Amino acid sequence: MGKDLSHIRNFCIIAHIDHGKSTLADRMIEMTGLLSLREMQSQVLDNMDLERERGITIKSQAVRLAYRAKDGSDYMFNLIDTPGHVDFNYEVSRSLAACDGAILVVDAAQGIEAQTLANVYLALDHDLEILPVINKIDLPSAEPQRVIDEIEDVIGLPAQDAPQISAKTGLNVESVLEAVVDRLPAPKGDSEAPLRALIFDSVYDSYKGAIAFIRIMDGCISSGMKIRMMATGAEYEVVETGYFGAGRFIPCEELSAGMVGYVTASIKTVRDTRVGDTITEKDRPCSEALPGYKKVLPMVYCGLYPADGAHYPDLRDALEKLQLNDAALQYEPETSVALGFGFRCGFLGLLHLEIVQERLEREYGLDLVTTAPSVIYLVHKTNGEVIELTNPTNLPDPSEIDYIEEPVVSAEIMVTTEFIGPIMQLCTERRGNYLGMEYMEATRALLRYELPLNEIIYDFFDALKSRSRGYASFDYELKGYVRSEMVKLDILVNREEVDALSFIVHADTAYERGRRMCEKLKDEIPRHLFEIPIQAAIGSKIIARETVKAVRKDVLAKCYGGDITRKRKLLEKQKEGKKRMRQIGNVEIPQKAFMSVLKLDEE
Amino acid sequence: MEKKDLALYIHIPYCVKKCDYCDFLSGPAGSEEQAYYVRVLQKEIRSFETISSIYKVRTVFFGGGTPSILEDRHITRIMEQLRTSYDIDGEAEISIECNPGTLSTDKLKTYRSLGINRLSLGLQSANDDELRCLGRIHTWNDFKENFILARRLGFDNINVDLMSGIPGQTMDTWRETLEKVTELEPDHISAYSLIIEKGTPFYDRYSTPEGRKYLPGERDDRLMYHYTGTYLAERGYERYEISNYARPGYECRHNTVYWRMGDYLGFGLGASSFLEGKRFTNTSDRDEYWDSAKGSYQRFRALEKQSEKATMEEYMFLGLRTLAGIRPAQFEEKFRRPMQEVYGGVIDRLCTGGFLENSDGALRLTDKGIDVSNRVLSEFLLD
Repeated sequence: MGKDLSHIRNFCIIAHIDHGKSTLADRMIEMTGLLSLREMQSQVLDNMDLERERGITIKSQAVRLAYRAKDGSDYMFNLIDTPGHVDFNYEVSRSLAACDGAILVVDAAQGIEAQTLANVYLALDHDLEILPVINKIDLPSAEPQRVIDEIEDVIGLPAQDAPQISAKTGLNVESVLEAVVDRLPAPKGDSEAPLRALIFDSVYDSYKGAIAFIRIMDGCISSGMKIRMMATGAEYEVVETGYFGAGRFIPCEELSAGMVGYVTASIKTVRDTRVGDTITEKDRPCSEALPGYKKVLPMVYCGLYPADGAHYPDLRDALEKLQLNDAALQYEPETSVALGFGFRCGFLGLLHLEIVQERLEREYGLDLVTTAPSVIYLVHKTNGEVIELTNPTNLPDPSEIDYIEEPVVSAEIMVTTEFIGPIMQLCTERRGNYLGMEYMEATRALLRYELPLNEIIYDFFDALKSRSRGYASFDYELKGYVRSEMVKLDILVNREEVDALSFIVHADTAYERGRRMCEKLKDEIPRHLFEIPIQAAIGSKIIARETVKAVRKDVLAKCYGGDITRKRKLLEKQKEGKKRMRQIGNVEIPQKAFMSVLKLDEE
Repeated sequence: MEKKDLALYIHIPYCVKKCDYCDFLSGPAGSEEQAYYVRVLQKEIRSFETISSIYKVRTVFFGGGTPSILEDRHITRIMEQLRTSYDIDGEAEISIECNPGTLSTDKLKTYRSLGINRLSLGLQSANDDELRCLGRIHTWNDFKENFILARRLGFDNINVDLMSGIPGQTMDTWRETLEKVTELEPDHISAYSLIIEKGTPFYDRYSTPEGRKYLPGERDDRLMYHYTGTYLAERGYERYEISNYARPGYECRHNTVYWRMGDYLGFGLGASSFLEGKRFTNTSDRDEYWDSAKGSYQRFRALEKQSEKATMEEYMFLGLRTLAGIRPAQFEEKFRRPMQEVYGGVIDRLCTGGFLENSDGALRLTDKGIDVSNRVLSEFLLD
């Protein structure tokens, strides 16, 4: 396709969940003839099982489509699918940086929703041209004109000519393809200039090593070229370049300015192909790296333990393998009195944590116990030493602590005006510091808060959604550390401290949290043959208590005609139930109880 | 050489109508099917007859289902087959389960003539509303008439099955049931708590949070149980197993064999046996059973003895069901290891918790231990 960039379009699709992003992508792939209908598995782009189930995109994906437009010319489309969650905001921003345009899909019945806006603004920040598309016009409740007006009013985008389609039936999808040609810009770039390529994602392949997904801004890249990663300084020799078929990699001789594709260079792990890094040629480097690179650091830590201690080596191997493909995942061995040998793992956020946990359980068949997530606290000791605390158990003795700092974020919450009150109240409850408010238009406002990270990692997003009936979007970035009155809350079960249940909490909310934690554990811990006190304590002071009452009755059914086998099975079932629990002193604690702290706000 | 003791169980998988709480292997069947079943049963009984040279039968138990709905000629053929194939002790306890409403003078006379000397009547409740709720086919009066008739015809060992925990049951109705039943002076009373089993109409009705409201609560259930013990003791019935009460000398010898790990052979669909250290259970599939009855003994011969570990576990969790309990000396004699060595930790913990007690040289459940016997007994399963 030479160096003529006018026939290339690099774009992504922005949509609220369920508005039809994946269906439209499938339809476009199908209509450009990349795959026959039979080869299509619904939602080709979201190809991880987890993604398909949750309807969200975790990893960026890309696919190249060849399209012959009505004007008779052939076009190369690169459709880049982006992750859709605040945990992966940085990855989203890098994917957008690889595009020149975006299709904005809006549901003709639902209209614009809050989450869409955040992504549209992010796209506008990256100077992307935006093409609105009205989807689901086949629904009886569709009101395309109302939605068009809304797009113009709320976002300020001209939308009268927006294609009105049904991605499900394929109606008018052709007009989207034409609009991509006519209205989205071709990439710019100079193929003769020194190489400058943006890594927007990478995956690990056991044969090829790390595969970097790249957008070439300037220059060309081909096999045999010596390249340098500008942020890490690492150098490699290119083994293969290529582009993306649906679900597979298709090698090609070279990639040049304006193109999207991949590169392999015997790179051992994805930690060496960092998202946002710039690839240049070793012998003819570009003068400046592309802007926006950040080293990805975990924000949330938790302990992961095998439910069965014998599976510790399996967990270690599984984490090692996952890390090959997940640069943000960190882990190191730790030991808990209650849970035995395990790992303290670092994640981008709670969703990332859940994904890793689910993949370990599903893909590696591991049964896990997860401890309450924690942020990183800076503990300033009286001797001047500063500790980065990722595990509450390691908090030094209070006499050795001068003060503690906790991480705070600056958060932006976009909300319709009717919910401003409840959302402000939520932020206050979460120890938020009000920074300001702007009206985007008559019915929508942007609230700015400084919030402690430990108040938002658990369930803030859920609380936000429930208090705004879904009409709030939320974005944050780490701002820094502030001094704070943090204390360690210990949980005693039958008078024994359970290290894996300890957590760090602000002194003002310690009492309330301790009380609710005890209530929650009371529900989670099954009744035993004896009464079990559950207590929350700060230091030696008990601040809350609940009691799990003793079992009063558990009598076996009639033993009939000497059928001892059946009776044995009942007893074995009883005993088996105990095996899935952790023994703390005389008490059996179910594994899910260790996650209780996460659910304190559930009614 | 003196013969070893043997107990025989015969399963009759038929009843007039399956009760709504019942998950046993039973159901209605026509006369022809019953006749065929009895022929198959005879084959199975015959297949084991070589063991009669080393065993003497001390007890026979017809269970079901409702064995008393079998036509008299069928029961007669089974009894005759048993006497032909085995050496049955002249003093043997021979029991049959009967449902009130299925007995008649002729039937009872036949039973007497066959040597059946113990009746087990499934009353469950003396309250007609509760009987209806359970889906039983009889009323209190049906039972009372049958009971008096049986006594008149000379049955001097009668058990009555009762059930607590019935939907709608209260302490008052339970007390009334106990009073009405003890007035008739049966020799033995079995009192079980209703268990809601999966796959029964009761499960659909009462396992939901809404349905559970109709069941007596845990507290009432235990009050009823404790009241039962006290009340029956006053009336001269002694509790000798978690759910069984008897006038002195009328303990059910057949059931005691199960709890003491004696040898027993079960014949019929889904019946269980424990013989020479081997545990086995017949298939519950009708067609399969009909094909396999003849070769029953051959299959038994091919089996392996169960492990010592399993035997030890059973010795404990079965023996502890009896109020006589377990004697450490007997354990040691049987397994050639001190009981303390195997179960010391568990026993100490359960004694400290007040669930077990050591007295008169035996280990037994306390009242508190009986209430949660499922939990307590599961502790005796070894890893």
